Amino acid sequence: MASTVVNPTRMELTRLKKKLVTATRGHKLLKDKRDELMRQFLDMARENMALREKVEAGIKAANTNFVIAKAGMSEQTLHTALMAPKQEVQLEVSDRNVMSVDIPVFEYKTKSADENDIYSYGFAFTSGDLDDAVKSLSDILPDMLKLAEIEKSCQMLAAEIEKTRRRVNALEHVIIPDTKEGIKYISMKLDENERSTQVRLMKVKDMMLEEAHHYKDKQF
Amino acid sequence: MYRIAVLGDYDSIYGFATLGLETFPVSDPEYGASQLKRLAESNYAVIYITESLAVELEKEIEKYREIMKPAIILIPGVSGNTGAGISGVKKSVEQAVGSDILFGGN
Repeated sequence: MASTVVNPTRMELTRLKKKLVTATRGHKLLKDKRDELMRQFLDMARENMALREKVEAGIKAANTNFVIAKAGMSEQTLHTALMAPKQEVQLEVSDRNVMSVDIPVFEYKTKSADENDIYSYGFAFTSGDLDDAVKSLSDILPDMLKLAEIEKSCQMLAAEIEKTRRRVNALEHVIIPDTKEGIKYISMKLDENERSTQVRLMKVKDMMLEEAHHYKDKQF
Repeated sequence: MYRIAVLGDYDSIYGFATLGLETFPVSDPEYGASQLKRLAESNYAVIYITESLAVELEKEIEKYREIMKPAIILIPGVSGNTGAGISGVKKSVEQAVGSDILFGGN
């Protein structure tokens, strides 16, 4: 697998060994990060789904109420009634750190403290159905904001998990095996060099001894 | 201080105005795209968008998926629930896990 050409030197060997230690440590850390992210994500995804179903049902009910309200009065009256909203919602955004992912936390404030202050019209010309419709919509607003928070967090966590998973896999299946292969190759090569030097020295020693003592001639 | 916007066809969103959310009626997708871009770049942290409009603006919405602000959340319109919101959640699970292990059955 040693697709990359490595220099069989001691310096390179030290470098690769250091790299392997870092990669192994990084791999372990990232794997832990991935597992923890996944745990948090799964909890959040379940909550997200439950909230979404709740909000969608709520909006559907509110829409039905609005249709009924619309049927009971003229379109002009309805438009006039809803033209100038009394209430105003402001959002404070802070963030929460989950395994180095910043996920948003929304806190909302309404302009007037009274949460029933949502009817922007006099009751004389509108039908009671409109009040119900507005109320039903107002009831799901907190859930809608919670949904926004959770759903965004889910999307961000999902993206982070995908990235982390790629990194873990790259380390596990490419970087670490390649480095190990490189270390093996270099140490083999160095050992081989050492052996050949040794053999050469032994041979030279033999030849020198032969030169000095002429063993061959003294043999009987 | 951030604000909340609601984007979609007029009939689906006019009720939200009473709650103090800002409504932006949009009828054609092209105008919707420019409106979404404008809202995302200004002071809106949450943008609710009707599913029927979101289908047309998928590419634009995708761009804001992984950044913190704004959160673009799909809501069903007056014409009914298309299931796009649910499939968005499933998509997140699929992206994270590799396959939809949580809600695959339904």
